[in-house]
Amino acid sequence: MILVQQLVLGLLVGGLYGLAAAGLSLVFGVLKVLNVAHGELIMLGGYGAFWLWVLLGFDPLLALPLVVAGALAFGVLLYWGLFAFVVRAHEETRIKNSLLIGFGLALATHALAVRLWTADERSITTTYAGAVLSLGPIAIPLVRLASLVLAFALIGALHLLLQRWRWGRAIRATAEDWEAAALTGIDVRRAYLLAFAIGTGLAGAAGTLVSVGYSISPSIGLEWTLKALIVVVLAGLGSMLGTFVGGLVLGLAEAASAFAFGGPYREVVGLVIFLAVLVARPRGLFAR
Amino acid sequence: MSRRGWLALGVTALAALAAVPLVVRRDDVLNFLFLVLLSVALAQSWNVVAGYAGQINLGHAAFFGLGALVTRTLWIAEWPVLAGAALGALAATAFALLVGAVAFRLRGAYFAIGTLALGEILRITVGNVLPEVSTLPTATIGAYRLADRYYFALALAAVAVGVVAALERSRAGLGMQAVREDEEAAEASGVGTLRLKLLALVLSTALAGLAGGLFAYYHISYYPAHPFGPHWTFDALLITFIGGVGTVHGPVLGAIFYVFLKEYLAIRWVDFHLLIFGALFITIVLLLPGGLVEAAARLRTLARRAC
Repeated sequence: MILVQQLVLGLLVGGLYGLAAAGLSLVFGVLKVLNVAHGELIMLGGYGAFWLWVLLGFDPLLALPLVVAGALAFGVLLYWGLFAFVVRAHEETRIKNSLLIGFGLALATHALAVRLWTADERSITTTYAGAVLSLGPIAIPLVRLASLVLAFALIGALHLLLQRWRWGRAIRATAEDWEAAALTGIDVRRAYLLAFAIGTGLAGAAGTLVSVGYSISPSIGLEWTLKALIVVVLAGLGSMLGTFVGGLVLGLAEAASAFAFGGPYREVVGLVIFLAVLVARPRGLFAR
Repeated sequence: MSRRGWLALGVTALAALAAVPLVVRRDDVLNFLFLVLLSVALAQSWNVVAGYAGQINLGHAAFFGLGALVTRTLWIAEWPVLAGAALGALAATAFALLVGAVAFRLRGAYFAIGTLALGEILRITVGNVLPEVSTLPTATIGAYRLADRYYFALALAAVAVGVVAALERSRAGLGMQAVREDEEAAEASGVGTLRLKLLALVLSTALAGLAGGLFAYYHISYYPAHPFGPHWTFDALLITFIGGVGTVHGPVLGAIFYVFLKEYLAIRWVDFHLLIFGALFITIVLLLPGGLVEAAARLRTLARRAC
């Protein structure tokens, strides 16, 4: 029964892994930029929701659209201020520079967050935070269940956006072959900007959900980047729904390994997955 | 400067630095020089794999931390510290090969992701398994001599610079630079790219492991997870980029500049130094990717034109 309980919790956190990875995957797939500060964007989103709740008393459900809107705007600024310079280089330099810059950005953001908000762990504890859905001996925290559902809804919305919206199709075309996309008259730079902003918006949403069901602190950034990277490696690029499933798989695998080897070793499974995928799919995980 | 000139400069610097503990009795000076030497060793170790072979390692702290962990454990179990450090370097290299042998078969960002994952996973896991602070036994603290740490650091920094200088001219080093510039072209002209990348990784992580051993030998008490922290990776990246990535003397200049600035900033703006360094690093990567070495070269060209 403990195993089942663990797996349920793993599945619930897995939804957030999927959401965290979706933004990273979109940005990497379209801009060919690997933003290792993605987890810091999640962290910032979490603080956004946290302060909206503490200072203005906004319920996290109400804060969610506000944080997403703020994150979209922040994404636009970050793209103009920084990543627009990175995408000018050609592909190999682009990945290298984005890795370096992202890493510098991550550490600087972390330092800034510690300075502004101290290193304390915080979370949003609403009146309904402790509510639990009991299925026999299995307890499901309602807030986390809601997070999973919201994460799925957001990924579904993104999927539809990319399929139906004119600019969504432009983003996908750019991801596939930016030169061909440019030849057909797509404004590639605009597609980059949109994809980056949407990726940041997703990070903001993920951060909000993390601050409700779990906890945030300035140092969570790198951990979430890592989860997102492992999910992207596992799920490949190109399918948002696949990314979501990848997140669930990572959540389940972590829970199972924590059960088998003990809590302290739960993170190790991520590295094992990374190496196993590379061995099993040597053509490259980022293959479509 | 000619090759002989560099060699003379290196030997003079080494002799002067070796004489410092005999002449200067002030611990703060020795501590400062120790930090510079440790930074030189750490930055050069990153420079080997990233600056020469072009493989971005974002989890360099993992190898530094493993060296520290193994050295500390063996040293406290009364092994000679150098034997501990050697085994620490071996452990670091073994973990590096685990990731490298798999990730290097593919091009792209796999190595960066793999090392980032290794670093974070080890940091969290070590923090979970060994949450207690590691402090030296009283007898060892009583026998603590800063000069011993200083000479270890000097020797390691000299070896690190020597390794990079040897790489610069050697066939293997040229092959690595070919891989960095264009891996496909290198492969096509008969360079064994996988073998060279692994060689660079082995050299790099062995040096990082030794630097970790030095850290464990130097500090009286620290949390075992501390040397696994990402800021160690960032130190190595920043120092190498400030000085000049892919050069022999760049990381040495970078280390001097960095430690000076860091000590200065730490006095003025305690919490802001990482923020300032982050901004500095991003600016260098985007606008001056050759660091101080490139800046000096540009100034020389300007001066020559002006004359």
